[in-house]
Amino acid sequence: MTIPNEIQITPDLIEAHGLKPDEYERILELMGREPSFTELGIFSAMWNEHCSYKSSKKWLRTLPTDGPQVIQGPGENAGVVDIGDGDCIVFKMESHNHPSYIEPYQGAATGVGGILRDVFTMGARPVAAMNALRFGEPDHPKTHHLVAGVVAGVGGYGNCFGVPTVGGEVEFDARYNGNCLVNAFAAGLAKSDAIFYSRAEGIGLPVVYLGAKTGRDGVGGATMASAEFDGSIEEKRPTVQVGDPFTEKCLLEACLELMASGAVIAIQDMGAAGLTCSAVEMGAKGDLGIELDLDKVPVREENMSAYEMMLSESQERMLMVLRPEMEAEAQAIFVKWGLDFAIVGKTTDDLRFRIFHQGDLVADLPIKELGDEAPEYDRPWRETGLYPPLPAQQVEEPEDYGKALLSLVGSANNSSRRWVFEQYDTLIQGNSLQLPGGDAGVVRVDGHPGKALAFSSDVTPRYCEADPFEGGKQAVAECWRNLTATGADPLASTDNLNFGNPERPEIMGQLVKAIEGIGEACSALGFPIVSGNVSLYNETNGEAILPTPTMAGIGLIPDWSQMATIGGANDGDVVILLGWDGTHLGQSIYLRDIVGQTDGPPPPVDLYAEKRNGDFVRSAIRNGQFSACHDISDGGLSVCLAEMAIASAKGLQIDLDSELGPAHALLFGEDQARYVATVSAELANFVCMNAEGAGVPFRRLGTVTGSRLTIGDLLSISVEELRSAYESWFPDYMDGTAAMAGEG
Amino acid sequence: MKSAVLLLPGLNRDRDMIAALTKISGEPPITVWQTETEIPDVDLIVIPGGFSYGDYLRCGAIAARMPVMEAVRRKAEAGVRVMGVCNGFQILVEAGLLPGALMRNASLKFVCREVQLQVTNADTAFSAHYNRGDIIRCPVAHHDGNYFAAPDALKKLEDNDQVVFRYANGTNPNGSINDIAGIVNEAGNVLGMMPHPENLIEAAHGGTDGNALFTSALGIAA
Repeated sequence: MTIPNEIQITPDLIEAHGLKPDEYERILELMGREPSFTELGIFSAMWNEHCSYKSSKKWLRTLPTDGPQVIQGPGENAGVVDIGDGDCIVFKMESHNHPSYIEPYQGAATGVGGILRDVFTMGARPVAAMNALRFGEPDHPKTHHLVAGVVAGVGGYGNCFGVPTVGGEVEFDARYNGNCLVNAFAAGLAKSDAIFYSRAEGIGLPVVYLGAKTGRDGVGGATMASAEFDGSIEEKRPTVQVGDPFTEKCLLEACLELMASGAVIAIQDMGAAGLTCSAVEMGAKGDLGIELDLDKVPVREENMSAYEMMLSESQERMLMVLRPEMEAEAQAIFVKWGLDFAIVGKTTDDLRFRIFHQGDLVADLPIKELGDEAPEYDRPWRETGLYPPLPAQQVEEPEDYGKALLSLVGSANNSSRRWVFEQYDTLIQGNSLQLPGGDAGVVRVDGHPGKALAFSSDVTPRYCEADPFEGGKQAVAECWRNLTATGADPLASTDNLNFGNPERPEIMGQLVKAIEGIGEACSALGFPIVSGNVSLYNETNGEAILPTPTMAGIGLIPDWSQMATIGGANDGDVVILLGWDGTHLGQSIYLRDIVGQTDGPPPPVDLYAEKRNGDFVRSAIRNGQFSACHDISDGGLSVCLAEMAIASAKGLQIDLDSELGPAHALLFGEDQARYVATVSAELANFVCMNAEGAGVPFRRLGTVTGSRLTIGDLLSISVEELRSAYESWFPDYMDGTAAMAGEG
Repeated sequence: MKSAVLLLPGLNRDRDMIAALTKISGEPPITVWQTETEIPDVDLIVIPGGFSYGDYLRCGAIAARMPVMEAVRRKAEAGVRVMGVCNGFQILVEAGLLPGALMRNASLKFVCREVQLQVTNADTAFSAHYNRGDIIRCPVAHHDGNYFAAPDALKKLEDNDQVVFRYANGTNPNGSINDIAGIVNEAGNVLGMMPHPENLIEAAHGGTDGNALFTSALGIAA
């Protein structure tokens, strides 16, 4: 059955398309007539939150996006950053939250597929991937199934495509019970003089459809992702697409060959809102109209209507403007890779978006207004209440420090993610220098003797909930710090802002203040945001997720033989704390998981200290002075030391003067801008003198020795016992539940 | 010695394999595309890892039926060395050039980690630069590496000393019978193995235990 184009437009139909009455009024105004059914679908696809950023645009504009290293900032498929020697890195992070909750395997898989396409559309070969995943509490009935499905989906797509997954995050919190988060990051290498953009150029030139055929899968996906969930979630399954990583791998190779041939004028992948969004973006950016003949679109289902073809989110597809004289050569490349290649339209000079189907003109819309003039809201917002200060003296001490540390190291959120990352191919391409489990993933740059890139993804949602501004700053600072801890120079970042319903002023307030904090930190640290994605309406039955502005960053290591890892400590090395002693227990893991309270402000981020301490650490690493280095984050100094001891398989003898402050704050405080380094005994005085000279607070904590982590007379635990607790939680959790999720 | 690498759509460790062969032999291998029906005159043919044709049927089943595999078969019968790694091993098994089958991992999950291999036969063309009993490091990355052979076939493999590599020290990642990680055919000129020696050949990989396999197979003085 073909859905006719003459469907009556009713208020119900408008609402079902996620368009508000005033937005529909605007459509009538723009068109001067009532839209056809297909046209309504196109507006809905372009004007939904997911594609238009209508609630966030005003605030996103305030973010720092420039720097001498930035070749392309936000607005293209991905950001582009210069790494020297004529090379650049192309990267972005994007969410696939809603589909992954409905159908975890395919939702996550197509999230990975989408972000990879964003990167290779620009002419870059993907060299690294990360995934920031957040799930509900472990005991929630859906969590186990979602973890199994999402992890299998991420691996299923990335492994088959052939990109190493070198980092990411996995966290649990009851606030994600109704909405999991799947934030997929990809980065690719390209030559700086061979970047491909989506801006169409030239009138009357062929518009070519590339890749897989169009089916009915994912129709309306972007609109689905722009609404909150309720009890009808099972009905949304058909809006989730199905991934085919084999076709994507072929599409990658075909596109790179095609780009090298010189046939491409402009190219855009078909992601959210498929053919509609890609065609409108290419035309609107190039100040050109686009005409499409849907009878030429390769389809894999019969009797598809214009509406379905325009809104399908079938995967592994691209649209390009072709140099006409290169048609035969271009087509041969796609035939070789077994992919579709079809001229489906042309560029025009009249700024209209015209769609023909079976001889009829089914849509005739102003192309600029579809994209550029999408509604933009200045939504009301208010700051959420902040917590009064919580001095450490008001927080109770643990009865047994050793038990507390073991319990943190073996907890749902702090334990090893090995169960997850061993399902990802972390080694493919033969360039992986640091795998998940350290501060950042590190991948060397092919063709250079020493150059490598570091990748990290970070955010602490409980901080953002307690204080969105400081939480936003902290997400940036931790990402920057993790890159620094390998010896990398942080170059640029991408943000993936996950929040609840922006129509609620307190949620909008979280978004506004988090963006403000992110902007301030990125400016202070010289860490511009070159791409990003906003995912709103992450709530179910009125309960929102924790505000989760995920920051992913890249850093450059000039000589990887001088990089630092968390596991390089040698017997006899001196353990040195760089940064202040721990004092701050508000919103700490200790407070939440050991005391069982959520209270206090999050640790404040002093961006000046962050930069000063980080620059010192980076310089010491590059001068070969550290045998190991690790930043201090969740769980504070004691968890940091435990992780270093486990990674090095060495004991640490730590002396802590009880005069320094409350012991639980020293051990578990989550004060920012701090690192622990191990330094050979010969260099220890030198490093401390340099730290003093640079104004970096430091403290000699102890020595690498034996096979136990001993902290004064507070605790002494064998490294083996720590390792066992650290490695056990995840496999025990996943094996402990009888019903294993299948591959959906 | 000259080498060739088979290129089939969906393979994705072809670049790793080409890099390893180039680094170790000093010259890049010839590449052979899926539609070729003849393979040039080389001494070693390598089928790298990946997901040929998506592996949407049994792993390697489609690749094994491509015309280029007929050309590989003729070369193998003529005594040319053929080596399949990961998906390449699965393809050789599906093509009947090696016995047995590779089933889904016992964990039912993809696994990527470093394992230990014992060299159980150092008299093959692919393992001559190791010593019998050597324990080497090697990464694995696969979803379907659980080797199985029926009792008769397994007995024959073991009696003929056709098992070249075994997972050692409890590191069997996939449930393979008799800890089998790599085998040769009866003639000894066709090797299949699940682990990836091409990802452990230089300092950047954290070790060079995979080197000797390539120097053996390419006849390069160790």
